[in-house]
Amino acid sequence: MGSPAGEVWVFVETIRGAPADDGVAAPLRSGAVAAAGLSAAEVSLELLGQARKLAALLGARTGAVCAGGESARALAPALIAAGADTVYLAAHDMLTEYLAQPYARVVTEAVRHFQPQIVLYGATTTGRDLAPRVASALRTGLTADCTDLRIGDHEVKGVEYRDLLYQIRPAFGGNIIATIVSPEYRPQMATVREGVFALPQPDPSRAGNVVELNIERVSGPHEGRNGRPTAAGGPILLDDLDFAVALVRRSRESKSVDLKGARVVVSGGIGVGSRAGFGLLYDLAGALGGVVGASRAAVDAGWIAREHQVGQTGTTVRPKLYIAAGISGSVQHRAGMDQSARILAINSDPLAPIFAVAHFGIVGDLHQVVPKLIKAYRDKE
Amino acid sequence: MSEHPLRIVVLVKQVPDTANVTGEAMKDDGTVNRAALPAIFNPEDLNALEAGLRLKDRHGGRVTVLTMGPPSAAQVLRESLFRGADEVVLLSDRAFAGADTLATSYALARALDHLGAFDLVLCGRQAIDGDTAQVGPQTAEKLGLPQITCVSRIVEVVPPGAAGGAPASVTATRSVEDGAETLCAPLPALLTITGEANEPRPPSVKLVMTYKHAIAEALPGYDDSYLDPDSDEAEVCMVGRDGRPVCRARIVLWDAAAIEAERELVGLRGSPTRVKKIESVVLAGGEARLIEPTDEGVRALVRELIEEHILG
Repeated sequence: MGSPAGEVWVFVETIRGAPADDGVAAPLRSGAVAAAGLSAAEVSLELLGQARKLAALLGARTGAVCAGGESARALAPALIAAGADTVYLAAHDMLTEYLAQPYARVVTEAVRHFQPQIVLYGATTTGRDLAPRVASALRTGLTADCTDLRIGDHEVKGVEYRDLLYQIRPAFGGNIIATIVSPEYRPQMATVREGVFALPQPDPSRAGNVVELNIERVSGPHEGRNGRPTAAGGPILLDDLDFAVALVRRSRESKSVDLKGARVVVSGGIGVGSRAGFGLLYDLAGALGGVVGASRAAVDAGWIAREHQVGQTGTTVRPKLYIAAGISGSVQHRAGMDQSARILAINSDPLAPIFAVAHFGIVGDLHQVVPKLIKAYRDKE
Repeated sequence: MSEHPLRIVVLVKQVPDTANVTGEAMKDDGTVNRAALPAIFNPEDLNALEAGLRLKDRHGGRVTVLTMGPPSAAQVLRESLFRGADEVVLLSDRAFAGADTLATSYALARALDHLGAFDLVLCGRQAIDGDTAQVGPQTAEKLGLPQITCVSRIVEVVPPGAAGGAPASVTATRSVEDGAETLCAPLPALLTITGEANEPRPPSVKLVMTYKHAIAEALPGYDDSYLDPDSDEAEVCMVGRDGRPVCRARIVLWDAAAIEAERELVGLRGSPTRVKKIESVVLAGGEARLIEPTDEGVRALVRELIEEHILG
């Protein structure tokens, strides 16, 4: 069990290499922090911002646990500026590439040693690969894909628990919102969706310290396996079994349309009316720094290429803002976009099913509404 | 040395069909109305089964399907038999009720231990009721297995005893946010499979005929309260401690004792997480906040989106 004042930690996911050269979206997508060809994932920075708020409520400090190659050291100042009081750094060349097992061991051992009360991960492919492995090794609770985190009390059968992490997430295909707590187990862990918390404004004047995690490679299975912690204060031992999986190839897709990575997706459906009609959506996407998506109907009509298709048979997107223009909103389309942080639906039919999943609805002709949106955004100052 | 047949275990789950909600998802008392959600084979688990069956078609071997759930979950095991699974095991016990992902992975790991040696464990990336994607990696960790999650393609499997003495391994490609990565793991290993990986085969008419005696009347609704395994309703058979099934159908039933699970580690008792509160999300229209299609309405919306950091 962690002490009551255990820290609030964030696992910092790193992205290697220069951001893809698709202009506007790239610097936003890969995070503001870039150092030596390495950047922190934006979701990790968002979580550091939220960790600060949670820690303030708990009277606790924040920690960023970060693993990577030697170049990961350069990230520390930026992580402190984003909200970390302490950066727990496992910088070693054998950790240059993310692999589930060695990373899980590093995080597990760091948690065992420093006993944070909360550990947060981005709900990315990496976070969702890593966090369950850590939770299992620590035998603690983990809630996936949270859309909100709060601090609150909990009472069960007369036993009062103070200052628990409320892990709030949709479940049953988005039909319910559940609040999950982990009263008896520490740390309380959650993966959190990208874009639900605001990116913190970096504060270069923030003070913080760096704790180096000592990593050692040993051969064969070592004694610290199977839940027995390594000696207190000793190095974290990584053995042959931790490196059983080999990375054969890692390729970044240079898709001409990067729907998945986009922060704003402007999608059009049958209501767009023509191939030329999509020009208006390109204008809006251009103004907002987004990309253009489409419903299957618009793709089938030949107005736009299939690689733009959003939905069950197309790409699943989760942008910060999804604008559905002239899309009625079939179940198949909604399945590909209903996890977006905000959804704006524009449709002349007030009964279109798309409004059921939208946060904002504009009943009207998109050909009149979209130019108003472009103008309003350009005039924002 | 000759190539050994592959021993493949597929983990599957019966889930409420959250994509086709037929009524109110919540009851008045605040619990989930499972009657409104028909029970189906979790979609990505069908992809995992298909991946297993294709490997068996190619290399020879045995596909065992394992599920944990109430007796009515035997339906997904029958459907696995209809598609070509060789043996099916239902893990069912009142003691498993209320399990979160940690307690579930513990029970599955215990059951896998009791199945004997295996080369590959395949499961769907995630189940559509919880969408957690946690049980696969947690089961891998419990068994000390390497994992490759989110697999969109199994590139190659080198079975044990392959010609040339190549070590037994699986190479698979996983989709990540900005591309793909291909990993090679030694066997045994656990993979979680996505819907991109393949097109699951339909049930075979011949196998449906073969196992038709195993078809039960669908139980009314979907119920997560655990029925008595001895009940006739269960339509499954017990296996003796000696491991020999006393079978009406070819569905093997194991309870907590059969897998020697520690009581404190299964079900609600073995689950660190608790549901504090659930709230219904109204699915009917009218949830969206209506914005007037005027210059002023649109300007206010854009301002709000910027303030909320949705727009830069």
